[in-house]
Amino acid sequence: MLAMSRNDLLLFLGFTIAVLAMPIWLQPFGAAYPDLLQRFTIYAILAVGFNILFGLTGYLSFGHAAFFGVGSYAAVWSFKLLSMDAIPAMAFAIVVSGIFALLIGYVSLRRSGIYFSILTLAFAQMSYNLAYSVLTPITNGETGLQLDLADPRYLDRAFSAAPAGLPSPTLLGAPLTGYAGFYFCAGFLIIAFFIAQRITGSPFGMMLKGIKSNQTRMNYTGFNTKPYTLAAFVISGMYAGLAGALLAITDPLAGAERMQWTASGEVVLMTILGGAGTLVGPVIGAWLIKYFENIFSAINDSILTRFFAFLPEGADHVAVTIASKFVGEGWFLTLGLVFVLIVVFLPGGIMEGVRRIVGLFNRSGKTPRHTPAQVQPAE
Amino acid sequence: MTVFKRGPSRRRVLQTGLAGILATGVAPLILSRGAWAQEFCNNPTGDTVTFGLNLPLTGAYAEEGADEQKAYQLAIQHLNGEGDGGLISVLTPTALKGNGVLGKKVAFVTSDSQTKADVARAGATRMIERDGAIMVSGGSSSAEAVAVQGLCQEMGVIFMAGLTHSNDTTGKDKKRYGFRHFFNAYQSGIGLAPAIVKAYGADRRAYHLTADYTWGWTQEESMKAATEELGWETVQAVRTPLGAGDFSQFLTPVLNSGADVLILNHYGNDMVNSLTQAVQFGMRDRQTNGKNFEIVVPLFSELMAKGAGANIKGIYGTSNWHWNLQDPGTIAFTKSFGAAYGAPPSQAAHTAYVQALLYADACERAGTFYPPEVIKALEGFEFDGMGNGPTLYRAEDHQCIKNVLVVQGNESPTSEYDVLNVVQEIPRDAVAYDPAIFGGDLGPAEPAPIC
Repeated sequence: MLAMSRNDLLLFLGFTIAVLAMPIWLQPFGAAYPDLLQRFTIYAILAVGFNILFGLTGYLSFGHAAFFGVGSYAAVWSFKLLSMDAIPAMAFAIVVSGIFALLIGYVSLRRSGIYFSILTLAFAQMSYNLAYSVLTPITNGETGLQLDLADPRYLDRAFSAAPAGLPSPTLLGAPLTGYAGFYFCAGFLIIAFFIAQRITGSPFGMMLKGIKSNQTRMNYTGFNTKPYTLAAFVISGMYAGLAGALLAITDPLAGAERMQWTASGEVVLMTILGGAGTLVGPVIGAWLIKYFENIFSAINDSILTRFFAFLPEGADHVAVTIASKFVGEGWFLTLGLVFVLIVVFLPGGIMEGVRRIVGLFNRSGKTPRHTPAQVQPAE
Repeated sequence: MTVFKRGPSRRRVLQTGLAGILATGVAPLILSRGAWAQEFCNNPTGDTVTFGLNLPLTGAYAEEGADEQKAYQLAIQHLNGEGDGGLISVLTPTALKGNGVLGKKVAFVTSDSQTKADVARAGATRMIERDGAIMVSGGSSSAEAVAVQGLCQEMGVIFMAGLTHSNDTTGKDKKRYGFRHFFNAYQSGIGLAPAIVKAYGADRRAYHLTADYTWGWTQEESMKAATEELGWETVQAVRTPLGAGDFSQFLTPVLNSGADVLILNHYGNDMVNSLTQAVQFGMRDRQTNGKNFEIVVPLFSELMAKGAGANIKGIYGTSNWHWNLQDPGTIAFTKSFGAAYGAPPSQAAHTAYVQALLYADACERAGTFYPPEVIKALEGFEFDGMGNGPTLYRAEDHQCIKNVLVVQGNESPTSEYDVLNVVQEIPRDAVAYDPAIFGGDLGPAEPAPIC
């Protein structure tokens, strides 16, 4: 089981190093602070999981944020009822979102193509509305589910007295804030990536690829594809649950907006932007979108004025006026442009661009790689 | 199926894995080493000090957020000694000198909270972790305020709440690091109830439509309690999602419920939409139980009144502050804001401005940015001149105790800004209450070791 092909191992090691070294190589981009790094890893897990369903099996789910939100709520409830430790929270979140995915998947997977997408979208929107206004005793609605001084925390109370003030999530007693939280999430991203890699290379993964290329033919050759699609759906739901739990661990608050259809759409964007079906693509897509959301949206006029200060008087004002439409509240505009450019010129996402560049260098030498998806990440 | 026989041995994989795990454990120690050098979170070492402004620039309360941003920029100019100085000269007592705070120029960073608690928290974290904000201020929704306040308590950064009206902000969710200048739902209830009972009679039946989050819940509870005390009856209270847009499905049942007063516990765009639709349903021309049907909006603002246009005429509500008051503080602020932006300030702008000044003043009086000392300087601080009469920053729950205004939509406005009339100024003793009734615990003042 541990024996991996050379390419796979190189990819995995390269990925591991790139993730662990994020605080260093993201420094020049102004993104190397714990909160954003945590988000990078968490949304990368979400995208990697989504890719198992979309990239590998070919089922486009528009309701993935539902599992993400369910994972968050489950983790916060574990904090409230059981313990501030991260392990029970994650276990609880993965189990709950897995069961939730099983239920939704069982119904939705009766259809494929656009009908499947619409079904998942409908379920996600239902979950969102339930969380937002119907199930407020469980989700606390718009205010968001938060920790409370009066929470029972039965497991913690069994071992120690309540400390003063609100506790924060820990891992076996060690706090999970700042960089510790990032490395904790990064560890799980690496594990998640490893599992996704193994799934892709396994007979099970072959079956999923077969379903993607032609499900009818698979059925005619005698395979029952239903258990496979359902398994892929549940696995990808559990990935989302894990990501949701990690988001709740780094910041113990769960809000209904996490389950909104825009959040589901964001995962689809991440995967397509990076390259659906590739292993590294969704991760890069997730990083790019989170980078835009957090960095571009924070640029205001005074920062732009400083940036364009080298221009002659007058020209800098023009530059600031034009550029300010694309940053701050206008970051969606920039993201939209990038998305359009990539989909038009690189239909396979950023990973296709990487592949083309690698191809340019390799043309004179070796024959093209057998598995084009497995190239080194762009960093 | 492919047989994976090539590649490294089991031992190789184990070794690399172990090295990776070790690196994971050691790396954070190297990277966080510098964190202990500073004695508290974001201690300003250069010649500037950064305020983090967390503002809803999109979403249901975006208009309030935009007005708050203008006010913060004005406050920061005044603190740095630019512009006309604004309220610095009328605040009594004051330690502000108009040369920044403790000799450091004030800079600011902003973040769009999108009127969502989740996003507000992420934005505040960014401003604290990356931009080195010494203090976070702003917000236009209580959900945001409660969420960001909890975060600031963990990080050891002072949070000067912007517009938040929920009882929970300084009630059950109060925090040592959170301070609120704005009044709250409970004060609205005990201020407004006598006025509307006097105007509409004591035998009324009220129907509540309530924004479904922390502010709406406490607003509904406070209005119910205060009006029932004076003899009103509550027919029903219905929760509506924030930012619903279309309220007709909630308004139809009101007509057949036998209620003769509709209380709209909505704010911002929600209130503009629900009030406009209620008026379109003909509610204001109706007769129920032999009385005129009335609408009450417990929390009013100029921006909402402007948005709702003629529908607002004659409707009762409460406000934290109004630009048409005639004390020196209000006159100075309205003049200063009007000169800069060409429109009178809203109550959201006012509370944002005052919060920025009060924080700066507390730092000056404490002589340091060290949060526990600044907190001590703010707790129990009694001041005057900010437009609300004498005001106390109560130490028990960090709530400002000051006069509350009962306002009514202007029947004959002389300009597009002259939309509200101040009917009554309720003295602060009448709206003070026992901080213990909401429970909650402020928590410790000692800053957290990390940030």
